[in-house]
Amino acid sequence: MHLFLFLMFGAVCVGGAINLLAQRHPITSALSLIAVMAALAGEYLLLGAEFVAAVQVIVYAGAIMVLFVFVIMLLNAGEEEQTKGSRVAILLGVPGMLTGGLLIGWVVLRHSGTESVPIGALPGHPTDIAQLLFHDFLLPFEVTSVLILIAIMGAVVLASKPEASAGKVG
Amino acid sequence: MPLPLSIFILVSVIKSAIVLGVLLTAVAYTVWLERKVVGHMQNRWGPTRVGPFGLLQPAADGIKFLFKEDLTPPHVYKPLFIAAPMMALIFALTSISVIPFGNSFTFGPFSVPQFLPFHYEMPFHWGGAVIGPYSIPFQITDVNIGLLMILGVTSMGVYGVALAGWSSNNKYSLLGGLRASAQMVSYEIALGLSLVGVLIQSGSFSLRAIVDAQGGHFWGFIPRWNIFHWQFIGFFIYLMAAYAETNRIPFDLPEAETELVAGYHTEYSAMKFAMFFMAEYTNMITVGCVATLLFFGGWHGPLFGPPLVQALLPVFWFAAKIFCFLFLYIWVRGTLPRFRYDQLMSFGWKFLLPLAIANLVATAIFVAW
Repeated sequence: MHLFLFLMFGAVCVGGAINLLAQRHPITSALSLIAVMAALAGEYLLLGAEFVAAVQVIVYAGAIMVLFVFVIMLLNAGEEEQTKGSRVAILLGVPGMLTGGLLIGWVVLRHSGTESVPIGALPGHPTDIAQLLFHDFLLPFEVTSVLILIAIMGAVVLASKPEASAGKVG
Repeated sequence: MPLPLSIFILVSVIKSAIVLGVLLTAVAYTVWLERKVVGHMQNRWGPTRVGPFGLLQPAADGIKFLFKEDLTPPHVYKPLFIAAPMMALIFALTSISVIPFGNSFTFGPFSVPQFLPFHYEMPFHWGGAVIGPYSIPFQITDVNIGLLMILGVTSMGVYGVALAGWSSNNKYSLLGGLRASAQMVSYEIALGLSLVGVLIQSGSFSLRAIVDAQGGHFWGFIPRWNIFHWQFIGFFIYLMAAYAETNRIPFDLPEAETELVAGYHTEYSAMKFAMFFMAEYTNMITVGCVATLLFFGGWHGPLFGPPLVQALLPVFWFAAKIFCFLFLYIWVRGTLPRFRYDQLMSFGWKFLLPLAIANLVATAIFVAW
């Protein structure tokens, strides 16, 4: 049962990712990405990490991707033109991907001797995550929030046109 | 004693079927209630012709929706045009799965007679053995992040509306879809923050634990519900944000008839239109459920009578509280005019959001102190 669900979500995940690249319409690509996010949330649920799964759905599928879809709708982006792909992508991308895949495979196989852990044995409850975020790693967590604040301020500065230079733009 | 897996799956399927049936009936009769109540508010009768008091009107509407011609205009983007109403309805129906309607229902222990013809190996001992007691909660599934799951699923609901507007390839639909997605994303923040106060007080995401924390009374007669327990500001923020989330008057800009024909569902007809309609009313019921669970003590209420009545009364109290919310929805619809879009946005961002943050900080200080 568990293995079946794992394979099913994994198939949706990989299929969505391939579909994202293959589709020519931006909105279908965005929807495939949402499917990938939702399938990932399913995998997290299978690992017993309910909180992470919920946050994955709320933040990525529910908020960030809504903004993606919103922007695509607002710009009314049409179909992409099909290109043959750049030479750099073929020369560097394919060997890079193969190397990365092999590296991950090697690491996984090397550690395959580790025991499997029953669900619930690892910390995944909201209380555990709160303990980590607000107690053990409080400083990095708060510093990250400052970083996000800086990003927000940067966005506001970029978005607001100064009155004087408004006419010059263009 | 936990249920064996096969029985668990069977019980879950039965529970899902019952909840779905009750929910869809409730949706149909909410539409009837709305037409009737708004009718009386406007000095009309509302539906009267089909059945006594027009009670069979929902059935007639359903049959009409099923048999109407299902038009697909030639200029739409067909895959998404068909998928959008399904997404809206599926996400609306999914969120009901974690809502607890009452306490657990305990039965057993049973002694199983010897003659039962079970030859294959069962996960427990049949024949002469005693099984149980089993306790089945009035809830499809009890997850310890129930509230987050509702928020997650409802936040996905915006796709149905947004994609319907976009795929219709019609300027009114597109404007409706854009308005809906901007509005829902904006008000979701205030909605989420208004619930955090309750979460701090009860210390759990589990809806069952939140309701259990609200049992008992203050000074022996005021129920210990969260709305009487410092969360009344949180409740009003939730109420307003929830009206905006469900695209209801006074926040029904996405389907403003005077400017956008019918908004995102302009191009839809027959059952596809009905699916948007059902999704909207299902969302209303979900919002009523969450408000009842978080602020109004869920199924808590006076218990009396014989044991069977005592077992069913909590469900009755829960339903009665949700009915009050639905009535309030309709009442507001019959009373208030529609906002302008800039008013809607500035209300959400400049009033509700700061108020929700202030409420959160105040609750946190109060609880920590």
